[in-house]
Amino acid sequence: MTPVISVSGLVKTFGKTRALDGLDLTVRPGEVYGFLGPNGAGKTTTLRVLLGLLRAGAGQARLLGGDPWRDATDLHRRLAYVPGDVSLWPDLTGGEVIDLLGRLRGGLDPRRRAALVGAYGLDPSKKCRAYSQGNRQKVALIAALASDVELLILDEPTIGLDPLMEALFREHIAAERDRGRTVLLSSHILAEVEALCDRVGIIRHGRMVETGTLAELRHLTRTSITAELTGPPDGLASLTGVHDLTADGSRLRFQVDAAALGTVLARLSAIGVRALVSQPPTLEELFLRHYRDGARS
Amino acid sequence: MSTLTGTGTLIRLAVRRDRIRLPAWIVTFAGVAAISASATVSLYPSAGSRIQAAEAINNSPALVALYGRIYDPASLGSVAMLKLTAFGAALAGVLCALTVIRHTRAEEEAGRMELLGAGLVGRRAALTAGLVVAMSGALLLGLLAAAGLVAAGLPAAGSVAFGAGWAATGIVFAGAGALAAQASRSTRTSTMFAAGTIIAAYLLRAAGDSTALSWLSWLSPIGWGQQVRPFAGDRWPVLLLPVAAAILTSGAAYALAGRRDLGRGLLPDRPGPAAAGPALRGPLGLAWRLHRGVLAAWAVVFVLLGLVLGNVASDVEGMLGSPQARDMIARLGGQQSMINAFLAAELGFLAIFASVYGVAAVGRMRGEEASLRAAAILAAPVGRIRWAASHLAFAFGGTAVLITIAGLSLGAAHGARTGDASQPLRLAGAALAHLPAAWIVTAVALAVFGLLPRAPAVAWACLVTFVLITELGPLLELSHWIMDVSPFTHTPKLPGTSLDLAPVLWLAAAAAVLSAAGLAGLRRRAIRS
Repeated sequence: MTPVISVSGLVKTFGKTRALDGLDLTVRPGEVYGFLGPNGAGKTTTLRVLLGLLRAGAGQARLLGGDPWRDATDLHRRLAYVPGDVSLWPDLTGGEVIDLLGRLRGGLDPRRRAALVGAYGLDPSKKCRAYSQGNRQKVALIAALASDVELLILDEPTIGLDPLMEALFREHIAAERDRGRTVLLSSHILAEVEALCDRVGIIRHGRMVETGTLAELRHLTRTSITAELTGPPDGLASLTGVHDLTADGSRLRFQVDAAALGTVLARLSAIGVRALVSQPPTLEELFLRHYRDGARS
Repeated sequence: MSTLTGTGTLIRLAVRRDRIRLPAWIVTFAGVAAISASATVSLYPSAGSRIQAAEAINNSPALVALYGRIYDPASLGSVAMLKLTAFGAALAGVLCALTVIRHTRAEEEAGRMELLGAGLVGRRAALTAGLVVAMSGALLLGLLAAAGLVAAGLPAAGSVAFGAGWAATGIVFAGAGALAAQASRSTRTSTMFAAGTIIAAYLLRAAGDSTALSWLSWLSPIGWGQQVRPFAGDRWPVLLLPVAAAILTSGAAYALAGRRDLGRGLLPDRPGPAAAGPALRGPLGLAWRLHRGVLAAWAVVFVLLGLVLGNVASDVEGMLGSPQARDMIARLGGQQSMINAFLAAELGFLAIFASVYGVAAVGRMRGEEASLRAAAILAAPVGRIRWAASHLAFAFGGTAVLITIAGLSLGAAHGARTGDASQPLRLAGAALAHLPAAWIVTAVALAVFGLLPRAPAVAWACLVTFVLITELGPLLELSHWIMDVSPFTHTPKLPGTSLDLAPVLWLAAAAAVLSAAGLAGLRRRAIRS
């Protein structure tokens, strides 16, 4: 099956900065691909090369079987893009922008447009200058979701959305995948990527440092746990999969590998638990650990 | 926390952002004043020649409307600085109003003020900083201009009065800009409001100076600067008027700034249509929405300018000071040719003014790119050339519309005075001969946009250079090589001469080449903020 997006050895420099440094990326048809990385890692630059806004310095980039720079106009008929920092025309209303962007891509399904505007609770008669960042993002999202395209390119689309809207967004993306569309989702919110994506790539300093299915990347995830115990925490530190344990009276903090979570929880409840907070690892922690481990081995 | 906390920091920020822009403007102003003063000194070496020239100008309502009156025909400074007194004051007003808006409403609209407002920055700090920077700029501009005039050999007291007139006008319009920035929600509206005030002030004094209704000039801040009468009595107390006006407008701006919410203006936002109308279906429909308001405002200004200038054209015979001169003109083609020459000069002036619109319209395209709104369009199946063409339709087409309007309204007013109904069409046709030169300026802006997107100021610098060469070149007796750099040099001086197609076609071809270079650059380069 021909990949929807295939990038290899992509290099893009801005002056002396090497924003992309030999990036490889493959997105297959019908999958939701999570493109993960901290700020400034090169996610947006990659997307902008794929959209033909920036020209690749070296390497190959193919999009929907075409050249993203040369065939930009034709390729854009088949995709919709939601930028991370949505800037809209201050004097146009949200409804006008949705219609304009939709018409540029060959028209919107009016029923779908109405349903999406209702679902996201957007007031389409407001001028764009009055919208918050989240509402501007909704405008771009609705325009993208209501158009009939093969590929959605979304650049950190949920940054300004509240949790309710974020949940709605996840539902919609899942529905898009079920309809056979391909989604490239750039994000630095691990929970979002975990909930939505079939495969994930992690970019750092302009290179793909890790790529695979979530199960393949599971070894990277570690949960942070803070617990107040009723008994002494004997033997916890020596369990396999427990890292960085610190004790402060009866309060205990440590990190645990996903694989060891069951064993550790069983031990904790055996000791007796008064309170427990568990946090999925942030992407930043994941990176830090990933490179620390890489340096050790 | 006082409402002024953080003003010092914001002033430093504004000075840092304007460290090239403001000094460049101020030095240009002072330099032009000094150069034009010293050129006039050599142009009219004797008192007799000065008095003759001054009386010829004072007897011509057309020139008085355009520049103002010479209050002391025997005074060298009064004759030398005529062209720059009102016109330079208006431009100083533009600079000051734009500076205030740039550091207040524009920052607020961009959302940067929110970032600062959350820190230790008072509600009125930004307004104060903007006013302090703009008004200090105006004072510095006046001071340097005065120094330049003294260096050129003009009397010190008059030079200071002249500089004070410029500075005072700048300060008034800094206040007007501050008020506009507080009252309206968008940078564009406040800029248009400030520009409209300045143009109205210029037209008021034009009417007051050239007609019996001389009190009209006393309603205009630009008129106040003239009434200081530098080199012709130096009436210092008149300067109290602009100071009072600046205190009033700034005070109103302060009152507004203390009451309104961040990001809001005086009027609440009205809701708009929940769905797009049939016209908004592509890049051109969008460009129409983005450009129409500004173009309409410019069109109104051009109608007014055309009517005012056309109304005085038939008085141009008053310029003929002596019977000998009358006789000479009669032999050269008569009064009619004098009027035609005047009309051609006004059309040339309006063409330069229209090219300002063209550069600004191209600048709008760069603004769309820098704000990443262009990326939203270009990520849809819209090629770069098609996107650019939607804006260029207004940059080039709008310039053409404005120049045509200028010809029509000039002809309407002139025709009404002379009872000749054919004038509007005749002058609209003549106006179009001035179009290719204006288009070259637009094409230069397009070339800069395509090839040097990070340096849009280059386009403005080119326009200013062209204007200076055209306006000051003959006075300075610049060589043909330099004069030929400005496209406005090559325009056939219609009406009144026969249309020589060759230069018009050359100008159009040069505009086409520059445009092609700009578009080729746009196709090859990155789309970036």
